[in-house]
Amino acid sequence: MYFNYLHLREIVYKWIFNILAFASLLFLFGITIILFKEGLPLFKEVSAVKFIFGTSWYPTHEHPEYGILPLILASLLVTAGALFFCIPLGVGSALYIHELAGFKQRAFLKPLIEILAAIPSIVYGFFGMVVVAPFLQRVLNLPVGLTAFTGSLILGVMATPTVCSIAEDALSFVPKSFREASYAVGANRWQTLTKVVLPAAGSGISTGIILGMSRAVGETMTVLMVTGGAAVIPRSIFEPVRPMTSTIAAEMGEAVMGSIHYHALFAIGLILFLFTLVFNIIAEIISRRFRLKLGLGR
Amino acid sequence: MRTLKVLAVLLLGCFLGARGICAESITIKGSTTVLPIAQAAAEVFMDDNPGVNISVQGGGSGVGIASIIDGTCDIGDASRPIKDAELSTAADNGVNPKAYVVAMDGIAVVVHPSNPVTALSKKQIKDIYTGKISDWSEVGGNMGKIVVLGRDSSSGTFEAFESLALSKAKVRADALLNASNQAVASTVARTPGAIGYVGLGYVTSEIKAVTVDGVMPSKETVLSGEYPLSRPLFMYTNGKPKGVVKEFIDFVLSQQGQHLVEENGYVGLK
Repeated sequence: MYFNYLHLREIVYKWIFNILAFASLLFLFGITIILFKEGLPLFKEVSAVKFIFGTSWYPTHEHPEYGILPLILASLLVTAGALFFCIPLGVGSALYIHELAGFKQRAFLKPLIEILAAIPSIVYGFFGMVVVAPFLQRVLNLPVGLTAFTGSLILGVMATPTVCSIAEDALSFVPKSFREASYAVGANRWQTLTKVVLPAAGSGISTGIILGMSRAVGETMTVLMVTGGAAVIPRSIFEPVRPMTSTIAAEMGEAVMGSIHYHALFAIGLILFLFTLVFNIIAEIISRRFRLKLGLGR
Repeated sequence: MRTLKVLAVLLLGCFLGARGICAESITIKGSTTVLPIAQAAAEVFMDDNPGVNISVQGGGSGVGIASIIDGTCDIGDASRPIKDAELSTAADNGVNPKAYVVAMDGIAVVVHPSNPVTALSKKQIKDIYTGKISDWSEVGGNMGKIVVLGRDSSSGTFEAFESLALSKAKVRADALLNASNQAVASTVARTPGAIGYVGLGYVTSEIKAVTVDGVMPSKETVLSGEYPLSRPLFMYTNGKPKGVVKEFIDFVLSQQGQHLVEENGYVGLK
């Protein structure tokens, strides 16, 4: 009797956790289905080529145009710019924390960098709008400080904790024996770092960078507030641009449900989803290769 | 004691039941420009008259007038007067639309206080916003790029500006997107080369309104219709309104209602 009760409890718990584990899958499928269901009807009205390669975005005009090339390019430009800031910041700080910092420094540096990730994006946006943009406008003598560059800078800082934390984990996953072997054959600290540790941790660091990139390309509130929002094909990084996310955020609230505009905004979401999906798949592939290389198995 | 409680509950039930039976409802549909006014007025009106239930929906001026004609709403909001075609459809359906001007919408064109430009013509504003003019020196200012600030395309202010100033032409693609009147005002205040447009209620000392065709935007010039970028906002009813619909329109036109109009950034009639 007692045994049965325990057994039953075990089964119930197993099922509860099973359901919880699959719940997130359910959300993923739900969101994907809705994205396709609401996004695809657009292509009955506007051809996919015109949508992706069209250069004018006038969704509410009497003669509407739904070209999102300027929005896609803006997202890519701002994300690339963000990488320019978050790779040196993230990987650099990971190297410092792992290789050079003493125990005490490490104990407060890493949590502090991770706190950067806890700051709400609206606060970053507000800070960018009120402090960084006017500063850049003055220093670089720009007509307006709300530019792709401003967005890149702030997104770069926002993605730094992701990159730093994953890169630091990757560095600490490098088995001690690799390092010891390197020292044993007479390599110095720098040689060990560049020839042994970095190559061994390389794919882990790349995973961090790609996940940081995913974070940057999907960020909404900050870019809405600091990139200016001009829907033109960017000619310079010091001009206002409008990434895909800020277009959805700015227009979804008032788009008439079921209208072409509404479906077009979902279709932008779909494109964005495909972007981050590709980034995440690449990150997953690289990190598997990395674990195999270190003999950690899957 | 217990009987008292039961009695109280019963009484309350009767009371609520009676209220339920005599609860009246008003449906308001139409212009997103008038929506904030209707919404604010409805909230206060429902607080004062607990038996009345008001539903406010957007959809645009065309929807508002169409709904009056097909009888699916009690009040149709519109940011433009009814068209002749709509009037004749209404007549065919035996509907007699009656217009009430509930507020005036005035849009100020604003620049940075340090900008020497103080006057623009409607034509110049259109040229700046459609991309024909890109430098301040072309409109009598100092050399320098004009930073054109726009609004998200779903905003009521955008829609008004598009029809009043641009005669529906497309805004230049490199205009900056701002999510609110407040965002435009604060970006203009920080950007010496900027031009923007905001509801009259958002002009502060940090930004400078320019005259349009020689007329300074103010409550008086908007009310008189002298200022070019102004327009009346309407609520339409079918015939002379009766009962609670009349009470609601009267409330919007009252001192308290007009105060709500001003709070939402429009120009009150009083």
